[in-house]
Amino acid sequence: MKLVFKNVDKDGKGSVALVPENTEDIWHAYNLISEGDFVSCSTIRKVQMESATGSSNSYRVRTTLTICVEGIDFDTQACVLRLKGRNVEENKYVKMGAYHTLDVEQTRKFTITKAKWDSISLERVDTACDPTQNADVAAVVMQEGIAHICLITSNMTIVRAKIDQVIPRKRKGNVSQHEKGLTRFYDNIMQGILRHINFDIVKCIILASPGFVKDQFMDYMIQQAIKSDNKIILDNKGKFLLVHSSSGFKHSLKEILAEPAVTSRISDTKASGEVKALETFYSILQTDPSRAFYGKKHIQKANESQAIEILLISDKLFRCQDINARKEYVELVESVRDYGGDIKIFSSLHVSGEQLEQLTGIAAILRFPIPELEDESNGESDSDEDN
Amino acid sequence: MSRHRDVRCMNYSEEYEGYDDVYGHSVEDDYCVSPSAEQFLFDRSKQQNIASFITEPDIIEDNEDNEELSMSFNEKDAFTDIEWAKLMSCMESIKNVIGDTVPESEIKKKIIQSKFDVKIALDLILKESSPKTATGPSMVNKDNLEPHPGKKLSSKSPFQVTTPSNVKIIPAGKRPVIKGFNVSGTENTDVLNSRIESPRSQSPYSDYNSPEIKRKENIITREKKAGSSNANSPRCQSPISGHETPDFDPKLKLNEEKVDVMKIYKDKRGDSKEQLHLVVVGHVDAGKSTLLGRLLCELGQVPSRLIHKYQQESKKIGKQSFAYAWVLDETGEERERGITMDVGHSKFETETKSITLLDAPGHKDFIPNMITGATQADVALLVVDATRGEFETGFDSGGQTREHALLLRSLGISQLAVIVNKLDTVDWSKERFDEIVNKMSVFLKQAGFKDNVTFVPCSGLSGENILTKPKEPLSNWYTGPTLVSVIENFKCPERHINKPFRFSINDIFKGTGSGFCVSGHVETGMVSLGDKVLVLPRNETAVIKGLQIDEVSTTNAFAGDHVSLTLSGIDQQNVGIGDIICNPQNPVPVTTRFQAHVVVFAVKIPIMKGLSVIIHQHSLVQPAVITKLVAQLHRHTGEMIKKKPRCLPKNSSAIIEITTQNPVCMELYKDIKELGRIMLRVEGTTIAAGLITKIK
Repeated sequence: MKLVFKNVDKDGKGSVALVPENTEDIWHAYNLISEGDFVSCSTIRKVQMESATGSSNSYRVRTTLTICVEGIDFDTQACVLRLKGRNVEENKYVKMGAYHTLDVEQTRKFTITKAKWDSISLERVDTACDPTQNADVAAVVMQEGIAHICLITSNMTIVRAKIDQVIPRKRKGNVSQHEKGLTRFYDNIMQGILRHINFDIVKCIILASPGFVKDQFMDYMIQQAIKSDNKIILDNKGKFLLVHSSSGFKHSLKEILAEPAVTSRISDTKASGEVKALETFYSILQTDPSRAFYGKKHIQKANESQAIEILLISDKLFRCQDINARKEYVELVESVRDYGGDIKIFSSLHVSGEQLEQLTGIAAILRFPIPELEDESNGESDSDEDN
Repeated sequence: MSRHRDVRCMNYSEEYEGYDDVYGHSVEDDYCVSPSAEQFLFDRSKQQNIASFITEPDIIEDNEDNEELSMSFNEKDAFTDIEWAKLMSCMESIKNVIGDTVPESEIKKKIIQSKFDVKIALDLILKESSPKTATGPSMVNKDNLEPHPGKKLSSKSPFQVTTPSNVKIIPAGKRPVIKGFNVSGTENTDVLNSRIESPRSQSPYSDYNSPEIKRKENIITREKKAGSSNANSPRCQSPISGHETPDFDPKLKLNEEKVDVMKIYKDKRGDSKEQLHLVVVGHVDAGKSTLLGRLLCELGQVPSRLIHKYQQESKKIGKQSFAYAWVLDETGEERERGITMDVGHSKFETETKSITLLDAPGHKDFIPNMITGATQADVALLVVDATRGEFETGFDSGGQTREHALLLRSLGISQLAVIVNKLDTVDWSKERFDEIVNKMSVFLKQAGFKDNVTFVPCSGLSGENILTKPKEPLSNWYTGPTLVSVIENFKCPERHINKPFRFSINDIFKGTGSGFCVSGHVETGMVSLGDKVLVLPRNETAVIKGLQIDEVSTTNAFAGDHVSLTLSGIDQQNVGIGDIICNPQNPVPVTTRFQAHVVVFAVKIPIMKGLSVIIHQHSLVQPAVITKLVAQLHRHTGEMIKKKPRCLPKNSSAIIEITTQNPVCMELYKDIKELGRIMLRVEGTTIAAGLITKIK
């Protein structure tokens, strides 16, 4: 992301102009913009003009509009952000208060004006503009019959293709169907890789599977590449990394990212850091349950006694509609930081983030045990509907 | 699997009492009276539910010690160290005697009462629970006295044998502890309501509860019921909310449904040998495939020319010892790597039984395949490697011997034989054999297998003690049965022919003729050629164009059979592995959310809300998320310890709610046991096993 300008007052009011450069940046934008913000961006609008004679013509006009955001929509596949809202700056085409939907796309400048830029948002602008934080990794998790082709960026895991295919099992005296099914399956994965993975961008491609599927697939792919003289694969042979995983489902990405062989290759991606933090949380919960808590109420209690050492929080909580709720979380994060605690903001698009979300989206490892907390029932997180 | 337990286990332990009754008749029979009158009736179903679940909570007791320690933290303070040590040792010795039938707290109380004297304490406990423990032997006696009406009627005999004795023995409401799931309370009310609405009022079964009923009458009513319950299915009114009723032709099958299933079964299977599915499990490289290959060769199932060819070929690639394993490992990949990857099927016959062998893979990564194999099996052989160091790696943590045994137990397989293989590598040492037997039997007892585990020493490669009696030096100290006679001695489980038809798809392939074939296991009920069936969860109808059992076409298949169905009128794309084929009138419930009572294994990290797991149920494998921890229960008594716990530590028991990504077919455990069991796995290890108690 490129920062064009940043005008933020002492009290946090101001505007920031940014140019997103890749899909990752759109995700950042999605996390930056909240309802009620003013966003201005160049856009195309259909305008109806009435001539003097009364006949009307409609034109498509490119114009820059500023809207007050009412609805935010993020398309993970196309990586486009759609902002719905009312126009707040009248120009010659669009009246005040008219509805418009802005598309925030790559390489198109946009300006966000907020009444209050809190520390979380400002930090995100900084991280988004940090070019070193770019590590693209592709991963193919597979097992016999199921494969997921995913792109892992520092803030997103996007499933590009899912291959789900029935492979006949081996039968007495008839293994040809099994082998034919496997070949077809491998071929599909290979096509998926060629179609969805841009070898210029990705640093490495992880092939993960239980058993020997990955090895067999690698053999198959190289063989096919040699046969069809496929330069792309042969040139990037070194980028493939074979790793063990327990299954071909998406959530086994978590295991892969914790694998030492992978972490060394993609050392500073956020994804593997998140996995590690969550793992620590779980192990502490096992060994010393009075030092690990989740749920807003517990965390707030723990924070009151300045006990939080590491706070794990999902970015989904900052995206929430309710301004007050967001403010609470921001205050929580700020106070934890003031007391010298470490903050880890999880991306809800990663598998680890998804898992944290299931744990109410907020969890913490404490400096010292607070057994009293354990006994309290976990109030608000239990507002479940029993049907 | 579970449905078979009753037959064999009747004799083994009182824990199983009443087990079969849940299945012996459908629950609604107890409810065909008005609710007001009902309260004065002897409500058997409640008893049974409790009883039948008793076995489950102690499915797995992996780390007994750990659990004891954790339990005792708070109590420890009350004793001095010496007293505490005494207490623990007393407790252990008492437990050895009585098992887990009495809750720990009870034992503790008695021990203190008796001032740490084991004998007195034991006396006290036994006296206390005497009404209960007494049932065990008496039942066994009764069973033995009952004349068996011939083995051929195997599917029936258990009903007849057990029902009367059970009714007499279980004293209503005397059970001191309620173990297991609290299903009866919540679920039965649902069932009850739907029952009252159901048009069936008075079935000939209303007086079924009276113990004086004659056995012969029993048979008749049972047969009647078989017919009528199918025609007027209770499942039609089952609470499958939001489930689209499939469009089937109502007049098509109604008449046929009335056909007496049992009669067909008797006609078709009356004079043939008993079917038994045997799965062989064990740690990787324990020699499972080789043992089976050898077994098949000795039995003459493999042409000598073929085995000679395998010997030559395996010698060529330098893996001479794998020649026998090649009989079952057929894919190139398996032969090259020398390990089994998917379940291999084979068949042979003994004098009384026709046995289907399932050769499960032992490698850690292929446990999903092993689970699918084991779900089809009735009994199991656990192969362990006797070589020094090999047994230890397989048995100690990280090895598959334990996990496989636990999986078998949670899959409901209770008949097990342990094959101590490769004993030739330790010169047929008796000490080694005894050492392994000791270690294994302690573990297996903890895992919940009863004392009916036989240990057989043998060598798969040299073929010792497989078919023929052992020669020197083994015969010097071993006089027990050979492998084949152990297999022969397994008891055939009961098949639930009377239940609605359920077929789990295990494999989809292109058949020889038109259409495509699905192969799998008939869990319950029966299916005939030309039946219209429903494939769920995708809700597609199809017609059965062909039925094949072991490559031989037939017209009917019954519960327990492994068959290939040729389907027509359906696209292959709309069928997936793990789907259920069922009767359109009795569809299986489809859901994405359900509750299960689970037993947590020795997990590294505690189970928390939001954990993504992979669930295994028959041959279904699905990613899912644990969405709620409803309650943590006491492992032995089933009492609720904590509502909505934050996390579940290892070796605990709990009720949890699971949400799957895609709709799946689930059955309540109390309805159909085969489809009511689930296994939860994470990162290649099994973290919990459970039973479905509620479908949302």
